[in-house]
Amino acid sequence: MPHADPKGVLTGVHFLDGDHAACEGALAAGARFAAGYPITPSTEVVERFAARIPTVGGVFIQMEDELAASIAIAGAVWAGAKAFTVTSGPGFSLMMEHIGFAAMTETPCVFINVQRGGPSTGLPTLPAQADMMQARWGSHGDYEIIALCPNSPQECFDLTVRAFNLAEEFRLPVMVMMDECVGHMTEKVVIPPAEQIQIYPRRHTRRPPGEYKPYAAGDDLVPEMAHAGEGYRFHVTGLTHDERGYPSMTAGAQDRLVKRLKGKVTRAADRLACYEEEGVEQAEVIVVSYGITSRVAQRAVELARARGVRVGRFRLITAWPFPSRRLRALAETAKAFVVPELNLGQMSLEVERAAAGRAVTVQVPHAGGGVHRPEDILEVIMEVVR
Amino acid sequence: MNGEGRDPAELGPRPEAEIPGEECAGAPENPVEQFLRVDRMPHIWCAGCGIGTTVNSFARALLESKINLDRVAVVSGIGCSGRVAGYIRLDSFHTTHGRAIPFATGLKLANPGLTVVVYSGDGDLFAIGGNHIIHAARRNIDLKVICVNNLVYAMTGGQTAPTTPVSALTSTAPYGCHEPAFNLPALMEAAGAVYVARWTTYHVRQLTRAMVDVFKKKGFCFIEVLSPCPTLYQRKNRMGDGLDAMKFYKEKSKIRHGAPTAEADLSKEGEILVGKFVDRERPEYMDLMRAQLAQQLGERYVETEHLVCN
Repeated sequence: MPHADPKGVLTGVHFLDGDHAACEGALAAGARFAAGYPITPSTEVVERFAARIPTVGGVFIQMEDELAASIAIAGAVWAGAKAFTVTSGPGFSLMMEHIGFAAMTETPCVFINVQRGGPSTGLPTLPAQADMMQARWGSHGDYEIIALCPNSPQECFDLTVRAFNLAEEFRLPVMVMMDECVGHMTEKVVIPPAEQIQIYPRRHTRRPPGEYKPYAAGDDLVPEMAHAGEGYRFHVTGLTHDERGYPSMTAGAQDRLVKRLKGKVTRAADRLACYEEEGVEQAEVIVVSYGITSRVAQRAVELARARGVRVGRFRLITAWPFPSRRLRALAETAKAFVVPELNLGQMSLEVERAAAGRAVTVQVPHAGGGVHRPEDILEVIMEVVR
Repeated sequence: MNGEGRDPAELGPRPEAEIPGEECAGAPENPVEQFLRVDRMPHIWCAGCGIGTTVNSFARALLESKINLDRVAVVSGIGCSGRVAGYIRLDSFHTTHGRAIPFATGLKLANPGLTVVVYSGDGDLFAIGGNHIIHAARRNIDLKVICVNNLVYAMTGGQTAPTTPVSALTSTAPYGCHEPAFNLPALMEAAGAVYVARWTTYHVRQLTRAMVDVFKKKGFCFIEVLSPCPTLYQRKNRMGDGLDAMKFYKEKSKIRHGAPTAEADLSKEGEILVGKFVDRERPEYMDLMRAQLAQQLGERYVETEHLVCN
């Protein structure tokens, strides 16, 4: 893989919050276009981009709403750019149609969601992790996306770079699912030299215009792209389409297209599943968590171990596609999964589905607006082993 | 509202010999054919519909303006007019309902070398997309907007649009529309468009000329084209067929270039003011952005043209 364009890489050791680190990740990954609409607690990402991009070479535009921002990035991508947008709860709801459009038209792009409490206006300045299912299922129809969950400013940088690479490799929208705490927490962030940052290049076709079919895919089910202005004179539509990109309103065309859109991700699901685990092999109880909650859970695990309980830690880095296969295997040896998250039960349902009855799944719900107390998680662990 | 009707061209591949033109070998080629995806014909538009007439004018304007066709992109929203992008053999994007303008904005900003045309309907651009069009005009982004105005939502079956004249019957105003309609030229002038014209599908030469004009003009340009919908609007309002619409346009239209757009309101049976109403200069968005950043950042500003990755 080629490496990053040094113009966008702020190599060095920094003290950054997660929002700013995510912006640096986007710049390092080669994003030269962002469209946004202000919304707490995510706005700092585009504020930094607006300040940085004129000296790197690119465009930031503040659009009139999130619907506009989420499709302006698609326009920029079809012109040749790497592009992203940033939002939080209410804005994420407005962007759903264009997440579906990006999935359907196979537009590589990145959506960063710094999650806050909901529903509706909810808790603008306080954390939640309650958009996890919306990230997966929020737009209508059958489709697949990829979603990543950083738990530190360093990971906000690292996973934003990865999000762009995955968007290009699979040609779909990739979500970086932050939360208010991770977005506003300031820590050390190490940005490596450009030559150490690998970049997945745009899958641009090498075929001449006469031989190019915009939606003909090879073995990996991902088609090649062309950009507007290059003489290909191609058509892109959100309607169900054939390999030429032409609308095709038949059950057969729908079956071929939608199954390919899903298949290109599901067949790579095991490779995409990224997680961190520790002490799970001999564990009686495994705490499954992600984002800021994983850092609270770590303390709960330490407290439980001090009381002699065999507890393992499992942290989701890829939320979608969900690492079902690994959790299914762990369900054979562990007695229970304990799943704290800042919602009233979202990823815990996936854990329960993956466990398929081989191990018990116990939620530790929290409606958002703060984080769990480690003792709350500890209490559930102790109840489970009792 | 986002319905899509059945599409005869989409029911399956047609035998090659059925492609229009191939069965009459030796006939002179239609000069606009090179701009059309003839492999998608027949199109979905009804007999007497005016959208095809506007496409004909558009193709002739492309020919006349000698513009580099590889550098022209057409962006449409959803609806009957939203299908234009699918039939024009250029880089073309059929986006979501109401969002052709912000898609086109991203396309243009990432590659300012493109001529970006937004081709869509009145409901798409001014109801669901109303917020976007006023902001694009305010910014004066270099987009050429062609709004085919048939006074109703046609694709979904003839419902009330923000352009439906008072007292007209629609499928959602069965006792007559009571909402005041938008005056599109006045709205676009107020929002900041540098070029505002209105024609009808009777005025094909003037429409072509207006399109040639906007290909040359920098900034946000807006052309409204009144276009008949015999299947829905005219049938419900007992206004006859496509030919009757031409007679209606001929009879009711009054050409007044430079007329105040405030006088361009439309009514069900009243006069149709047509002409080029606005042709003015305002600094374009990218020029303003570049000037501001260069002034503030000096040599630190990295000016870019095409934001292409790899």
